[in-house]
Amino acid sequence: MEPTPFQLGLQSVLFGILALVAVAGALVTITRRHPLPAALSLVVSFIGLAGLYALLSAPLLAILQILVYAGAIMALVIFVIMLLNVQESDLPVNENVGKSVALALAAITPVLLIFLAILGKLPNDQTLANTPVPADFGTIEVLGKFLYTNYLFAFESVAVLLTVALVGVVILAKRRI
Amino acid sequence: MLTMSHFLFVSAVLFTIGVAGVLSRKNLFIVFLSIEIILNAVNLSFVTFARFLGQLDGQIFTFLVIAVAAAEAAIGLAIVILLFKNKESLNVDDFKLMKE
Amino acid sequence: MEHTSPLIGLIPLFPLLTAALIGLMTLFFAHKGQGAPKGLVSTLAVAGPLASFLVSCVLFFQLRALPEAERALTQTVFPWIHVGPLQIDVSFLLDPLSAMMILMVTGIGTLIHLYSVGYMSHDRGFSRYFAYLNLFMFSMLVLVLGSSLPLMFVGWEGVGLCSYLLIGFWFSDIAKANAGNKAFIANRVGDFGFLLGMFFIFFFLLNNGGTASLDFAAMKGQAALFTPFAATVAALLLFVGAMGKSAQVPLHVWLADAMAGPTPVSALIHAATMVTAGVYMVARMGFMFAISPSAGLVVASIGALTAIFAATIAIAQSDIKKVLAYSTVSQLGYMFIGVGLGAYFENIVAGAGAAIFAVGMFHVFTHAFFKALLFLGSGSVIHACHEEQDIWKMGGLKAKMPITWATMGIGTLAIAGIPPLAGFFSKEAILTNAFIAGHYQTWLYGIYAIALVTSGLTAFYMFRMFFLTFHGKPRDQHIHDHAHESPLIMTFPLMALALGTVVVGFLNVPKVLSFGFLPTDLFATWLEPSLKVAEHGEAHMFHPTATTDFILMAVAIGISLVGIGFAYARYAKPTPATEPTKALWWEILWDKYYVDEMIQAIVIEPILKLSGFLRKGVDEDGLDYVVNNTPKAYAGLSNAVRVIQTGLVRSYAYLMVLGMFAILLYYYLHLAK
Repeated sequence: MEPTPFQLGLQSVLFGILALVAVAGALVTITRRHPLPAALSLVVSFIGLAGLYALLSAPLLAILQILVYAGAIMALVIFVIMLLNVQESDLPVNENVGKSVALALAAITPVLLIFLAILGKLPNDQTLANTPVPADFGTIEVLGKFLYTNYLFAFESVAVLLTVALVGVVILAKRRI
Repeated sequence: MLTMSHFLFVSAVLFTIGVAGVLSRKNLFIVFLSIEIILNAVNLSFVTFARFLGQLDGQIFTFLVIAVAAAEAAIGLAIVILLFKNKESLNVDDFKLMKE
Repeated sequence: MEHTSPLIGLIPLFPLLTAALIGLMTLFFAHKGQGAPKGLVSTLAVAGPLASFLVSCVLFFQLRALPEAERALTQTVFPWIHVGPLQIDVSFLLDPLSAMMILMVTGIGTLIHLYSVGYMSHDRGFSRYFAYLNLFMFSMLVLVLGSSLPLMFVGWEGVGLCSYLLIGFWFSDIAKANAGNKAFIANRVGDFGFLLGMFFIFFFLLNNGGTASLDFAAMKGQAALFTPFAATVAALLLFVGAMGKSAQVPLHVWLADAMAGPTPVSALIHAATMVTAGVYMVARMGFMFAISPSAGLVVASIGALTAIFAATIAIAQSDIKKVLAYSTVSQLGYMFIGVGLGAYFENIVAGAGAAIFAVGMFHVFTHAFFKALLFLGSGSVIHACHEEQDIWKMGGLKAKMPITWATMGIGTLAIAGIPPLAGFFSKEAILTNAFIAGHYQTWLYGIYAIALVTSGLTAFYMFRMFFLTFHGKPRDQHIHDHAHESPLIMTFPLMALALGTVVVGFLNVPKVLSFGFLPTDLFATWLEPSLKVAEHGEAHMFHPTATTDFILMAVAIGISLVGIGFAYARYAKPTPATEPTKALWWEILWDKYYVDEMIQAIVIEPILKLSGFLRKGVDEDGLDYVVNNTPKAYAGLSNAVRVIQTGLVRSYAYLMVLGMFAILLYYYLHLAK
């Protein structure tokens, strides 16, 4: 089913907005002094990313991003920030945020440029339009089947990893006896 | 109209921002959040490749990265709490017992 | 046909055994703080060379019984070095030449051992002395009996070692120890040439299709392979060794200083045996010298130069032993004139060389007798004057020491070439042959002239020494009062050697003097099988007429008499208290032409400077600096790199980013598209 020009245009606009949200959110995150607004801004960035995933025919991942990443992980982060009751006095004293971030960005620019150069070398003739994927690409059934057959070992290992993390956190948080 | 390069460009920019955050900020939490930004930039790359190459493997990777990020966040935050309790400071530069 | 004899090995063995026994006894008793029993030591010490002498006589007669063409006895003791093409065995060769040498060495050696028992009787190092002296006998006999150049070289080095040990015998006197050093080092310089000669011959034979062997018989058999140029190189390199061992200019400097050793040592080593090893080697390798057109002339020229050089120095010396030392150098020059001309004659007229080599060896033989006699006599004088060696403190000893006076008189007449003593016959033969050589190349008359003048000088300085020592009024009354004749054990060898000096000359009477009844050329005939290089061909050497012969002899005797007369007029009649000549040239002669000083400045000082430079500039500043500062450099480098370890996570993260950048750069540059 050929997408209509309207659909194509909509795609581009959506992409633009979502990309902007993601990048802007990230920028705001790294430029806050207090961690709480930074975390909240990061949640916004994640939502933008989830949208991008959806655009890329990865519906399951989009939902997982919001549920797990934005929902669970960031919730945990915010919880810890509030637990520690981070006040202004706790923040590092001599941090001149704007200057250091600008400096870092300047230092990292070469890396970005290398990325872009590599990007330039990649073949650019495939668009979303002319690389059709099956309708059920990235859905939960297909992804699940793929995960449990080809990547079973990885899946089980990650399960073990989570268990280990759980045990580790308990040990770390426990009071000294 | 939207090619792979568009998405990868976004991924690159996000990655750069994340790295800049790790290098420049002294607040422990902000550093942690910057690391999350990096991980997500990479996730976006994976999903992009999965879509444009028609293979689900990229999405599997992303799936696993999210899981690992969760584990890492748990343990990392536990450590941050312990560090804060120990030194009463959130400044990355104060934790330099590794010197010498 | 090859003849072997198991007895040959005994000749060097006896002195080796006695040396070892005496040496062990010395060490054993030294541990107990005393010296070994003198009676036992002296008996062993004299028995060693005496036994060798007796065996030598037996073998001599065995050799005489063989037909002339096969007159050689060999004995292979054991195989020594067998490595690829290099095959050397320890084997001995007894042919007429070595037989003559061993009789001389063991005979005179025994007499000198006997004399030493008396001379060294009051010395603390009595047994050590005899251990060294017997070891020397062993080395010298190995040198003479060795059937190949390497084995001869073993003996060569051995005599050099023993010379060092014996010259520096009283080593607590640093000057005497240095004299030993000087002898050894000067010898070593010569030995370097000897080694190079051996290497050259070996590799030449290896590369030119011959059997690479340094055995004398093998080399002689392959003489035809040697080109004149190769033969010249080999001969002259070996001659450098001979120059060192036989004290030819400029390697003569050690012999005068060698007088620091006990006098019997000077008699044995530096008169009769070790210094003649060089002449012996040239005679042995005569065939090599003969192939080369110029080597023989080089040898003869250096011999002539040395002869007159040393003679001029001798006329100004005031130490009795130094006069004799320089006269030895001078006479060695004569011997080299002899063997050098032998090689030359062989080169121009096949078959003519053997007789002339024999002439040189004859002078070795006669010189051994009268020079040993003179040295032992001087030892007797020195002993009587309580270790005084300055002839300007002697005088009038004739009445006090008649036997010494008579025997030394015979020796002095012999060296001056007065007939019918031995010196006359041998020197006369050399002079005649030098004259004959002039017939072939006019400049060779120069060698004759030099030899003749030297002969006159020899007579002069020897009689100067004789008159100042024995005649006139005593210059030091105290010494004169205490002088006495030496005991029999010392005078017996003097008398025996004097008798030898009188008789031995007649072993080689030239034809013109045979007067119809004396046997002629016994010595040369005996040596011919060893020294013969080629058969007599059609041509014959030019020979002057009988009249010319007599004129030459008369001239030689005349010039000797003139020399004696001068000495008499200056030193005997007037009895001067000190040296009458005061001119500058006399000073130069007394200072030995400053050769030692020149060597010090030209050779030794630069070497010392180079050593200093190597020690300071290269070793200290260079190598030590590098060794000491490399760790410092590393430490500095470490300190510089250590800056990276800040302990801050952020800086580590930054380094990670840099690494990542590098990897990306690499991939960018290598992207296929």
